Amino acid sequence: MLERREAVRSLLADRPAGLLVVAGLGTPAYDLFAAGDHDANFYLWGAMGGAAMIGLGLALAQPDRPVLVLTGDGEALMGLGALATIGAQKPANLMIVVLDNGHFGETGMQKSHTSLGTDLPRVAEACGFAWAETVRDMGAIAALRGRLAKPAGPGLVRAIIGAEPTPKALPARDGAYLATRFRAALGLGPG
Amino acid sequence: MLPTSQGGPALDHAVPADTASAAWKDEVFAALEGAGVSQVHYVPDAGHATLIARAHAHPKMRAVPLTTEEEGVAGCVGAWLGGARAVLLMQSSGVGNCINMLSLIRNCGAPFLTLVTMRGEWAEFNPWQVPMSRATETVLEAMGVAVQRVDRAEDAAETVDAAASLAYGASQAVAVLLSQRLIGRKVWK
Repeated sequence: MLERREAVRSLLADRPAGLLVVAGLGTPAYDLFAAGDHDANFYLWGAMGGAAMIGLGLALAQPDRPVLVLTGDGEALMGLGALATIGAQKPANLMIVVLDNGHFGETGMQKSHTSLGTDLPRVAEACGFAWAETVRDMGAIAALRGRLAKPAGPGLVRAIIGAEPTPKALPARDGAYLATRFRAALGLGPG
Repeated sequence: MLPTSQGGPALDHAVPADTASAAWKDEVFAALEGAGVSQVHYVPDAGHATLIARAHAHPKMRAVPLTTEEEGVAGCVGAWLGGARAVLLMQSSGVGNCINMLSLIRNCGAPFLTLVTMRGEWAEFNPWQVPMSRATETVLEAMGVAVQRVDRAEDAAETVDAAASLAYGASQAVAVLLSQRLIGRKVWK
């Protein structure tokens, strides 16, 4: 089992140039921020269930750049249909990493469906993803680093993490600021 | 066979018949094309069938069938973050599915254009379409989306063109409601 903060920091230790990252709301966004803020990070504070689809729209708009969606099991479950939508589009530059502690961590640690029978990599495979796997140790995280620059996706990773609490690490909450900053990193103007 | 710009065999089925085929649908597509739309996210509706088929066939457009409409709200924001222009096609019942996801548009100041075919308002046969139809405009406005309604075929393309300018030029959220009278009655036989 992985410690989430250490796992995300390791995954992004050699962040490829040009990598675009979308983080689902809650602890995955804090994990991404704690690993190092970056103009090409887009943190969600709401829009639960939307992270993977933001990643898809972005991946289709920027087919020459790799896109990583980093989210949690609860957020991924709320947008489960997005896996079917992504499977139909088959964006080679998209990779989704689900930090799976099997619980809704922000709301009192109620068990989520990944504790109750849903196997997200199997769902992704059934939806037509190019690959999907479960990782449980830091060796596997290090191996994933090599896939960030060229995901050969769509790919989905279920990273099994502990459910222990982590210190809060809060990125900016202003969506307009985050979006403008993100677009500027791509050379796009405001508005 | 439906010509596809992407997708697999699942999309290679016969084009569903439009409830009414008319030149205004081609003109609306031309307005989207002229606005530089490159991603067309949709939940199918017979009233959008022409646009959907055209989008799949267009070499510079990506047509994205959704499992539920709020996916398209998020998809359009992702497209914008990446510098592309996207549109969401849905019917009025789908507007209700989008409510919370529209927070994303407001918080980010993202442009948003959706074309909504109305059900439940004109010669509707199915009462289950009526409640969301009646709430469509209210819901959109409550979430900060400007609503422009088209009742006459001759206004359709111009309204979509103007809505696209408002959305992509002034970074506004705009919904164009295509009335059920315009779309035509659904044939139940």
